[in-house]
Amino acid sequence: MRQASTLVLFFWFSGLLISALIAFFAVATFNGSGLASYLPSVGLLALAAISWLILPLHFKLRVLGLALIAVPYTWLLALFLVPFLIVFKISLSDIALAIPPYTPTVKDGFSALIQGLDFENFVFLTTDALYYKAYLSSLKIAVISTVLTLLVGYPMAYAMARAPQEWRATLMMLVILPFWTSFLIRVYAWIGILSNEGLLNQFLLWTGLISEPLTILNTNTAVYIGIVYTYLPFMILPIYAALDRMDDSLIEAAEDLGCSRLSAFWLVTIPLSKNGIIAGCFLVFIPALGEFVIPSLLGGSGTLMIGKILFEEFFNNRDWPVASAVAVILLLILIIPIVLFQKNQQKQAEAES
Amino acid sequence: MSIPVFAPWNDPQEKPLIRFKNVTKRFGDFVAIDDLTQDIYAQEFFALLGPSGCGKTTMMRMLAGFEKVTEGTIELAGQDIADVPPNQRAVNMMFQSYALFPHLSVYENIAFGLRRDKLAKDEIDTRVAEMLKLTRLEKFARRKPHQISGGQRQRVALARSLAKAPKLLLLDEPLGALDKKLRQDTQFELMDIQETTGTTFVIVTHDQEEAMTVASRVAVMDEGRIIQVATPDGIYEAPNSVYVADFIGDVNIIKGTAKAAGKDKYYVDWGVNQAPIVANSDRPFTEGQDCFLAIRPEKISITKDKPEEAENAVQGEVLDIAYLGNLSTYHVKLPDGQIIKAQTANTRRLSRRDITWEDKVWVRWTTTAGVLLEH
Repeated sequence: MRQASTLVLFFWFSGLLISALIAFFAVATFNGSGLASYLPSVGLLALAAISWLILPLHFKLRVLGLALIAVPYTWLLALFLVPFLIVFKISLSDIALAIPPYTPTVKDGFSALIQGLDFENFVFLTTDALYYKAYLSSLKIAVISTVLTLLVGYPMAYAMARAPQEWRATLMMLVILPFWTSFLIRVYAWIGILSNEGLLNQFLLWTGLISEPLTILNTNTAVYIGIVYTYLPFMILPIYAALDRMDDSLIEAAEDLGCSRLSAFWLVTIPLSKNGIIAGCFLVFIPALGEFVIPSLLGGSGTLMIGKILFEEFFNNRDWPVASAVAVILLLILIIPIVLFQKNQQKQAEAES
Repeated sequence: MSIPVFAPWNDPQEKPLIRFKNVTKRFGDFVAIDDLTQDIYAQEFFALLGPSGCGKTTMMRMLAGFEKVTEGTIELAGQDIADVPPNQRAVNMMFQSYALFPHLSVYENIAFGLRRDKLAKDEIDTRVAEMLKLTRLEKFARRKPHQISGGQRQRVALARSLAKAPKLLLLDEPLGALDKKLRQDTQFELMDIQETTGTTFVIVTHDQEEAMTVASRVAVMDEGRIIQVATPDGIYEAPNSVYVADFIGDVNIIKGTAKAAGKDKYYVDWGVNQAPIVANSDRPFTEGQDCFLAIRPEKISITKDKPEEAENAVQGEVLDIAYLGNLSTYHVKLPDGQIIKAQTANTRRLSRRDITWEDKVWVRWTTTAGVLLEH
């Protein structure tokens, strides 16, 4: 009952304030004649102020509380939902030689806008094998590189959690440090390392392990190396956090009850860092799926990733509607792991409380 | 018919279950255990008592196998256990933090050790059921550790460490996390379980009351050494040093010089213009040797009138009264400024109590009330 009246009051206030704002900007934009035309907005503001003053204190507090909660939602609305709707609208449009390069636009009027939209571009995505192959290949690359990142990241996180207390801050710093350099420069640096005349081949030739330079750059291997390198901190940090929280006496208890070091690790350490592993895997998998810079810089012509296709549709073909359709499908694919990730986080929070 | 007293430490025929032989443990320059020799017998409830940092936990961790001995040997049932890793020792430990596996149910926690021994499923079932019954946890078998109370968690930890029927059970501050009332109940539960299972218990605690309640013998430790090992009443009634007397319970320490006064009897000169105190002592003192008389407050009585024929009586003034409900402790200030604590049981109602602040009173005690100590 109280909740409902608070909501009514909240909408009452936000309604008054928003209409006051609209009235003010309408007058300001259309250069109304003199101060008198500002009267409606002043009146609305005054109304809001008066009704605020006569409210009892507990209602004021509740309305303020709601306003505070509204901040993150407004943020989400402005920076996620609105851009998504714009992209979705473009994906339903047709390509055109114009600025912007699609039709219809808002300028055509509302009814023309609605009539001009269709799912043609989505149908088009199913007719060309390139797209679904790119989605599948992206999935494959994302899954494999997530597993590889886990294999590299877990021992590092484990070593960090086992390191003496005074080292840990430094080790953590070393993990985060690469972020201080531009991501693009770091990926470029890998070209210098992996190319035929690169540091790695030079070194291997010098040691005599190989007689011919290895072709790594512009293959999927280079893409895996790039993804593992770039997203490693996202894997290490949640796993480290989980391992760091773990009570050392649990391992001692396991050994005391007859476990060897190895079985204590399997039966206690791994299950207790499970949430960190899951969080880390999602944090790597989700961005890796839509990755564009790494495959285009390190990958070859054979590397098929949806992020790269999207870029080409957008900039090379200037086909914004198809590019938008690709992006919408990519988002739909990503919703599943994102929801799973959120559930895992929630479960973890519940278990800890 | 008399019940035989359980005192294997007095029987020279008895073989100890655990034998510390000149054990020293160093962490870098720090000496945690200093040349310690001690026997612990089967079915004992042995308490290690001392302030934090005295080495009691280190002693326990060496028994469990988590710390290596620097010098000396530890024998378990006649075998040197230096090279036996923790997972192969017939020793189990109950951790101070309980160290329950948070991802496993109560049942699985208790079954953990049994599964490592590759027992058959029905054997594990029977044993876990037995343990659940012993610790009255049958209803909570399916719960996770975070879904039960602190007292229940403590019992799960106990059940888990007892499940493998170890020769020796180590308890590291097992009741530290419980509130006082629950702690007292659990102490008796622990004693019952120890008796039922016949397991040897070694308990580490800094709570002297706990040690006195549960233990068959108490070892008072300080700076890596055992100062005294005795039964609880031995420790309390016959401490071997001022440190032990002071550590266990409340005590008055009167410093003086000894003078012989007959067989096993000494005069203690202790203050200007004070008659010497007469005290019995088995411990010999030379003429004029410094000595300390330790007397428990409850062995000192307090009266308003000068007692007749008292062996030791001193006049003073009541400085403070600590009312504890069942007991009252009077702090009596002597003319030379020393404060003597005298304790009486409040067998009468408070309104009938005739001694109050700033009253001139007499405190008295017998010659056998105190213990005469050298240091």
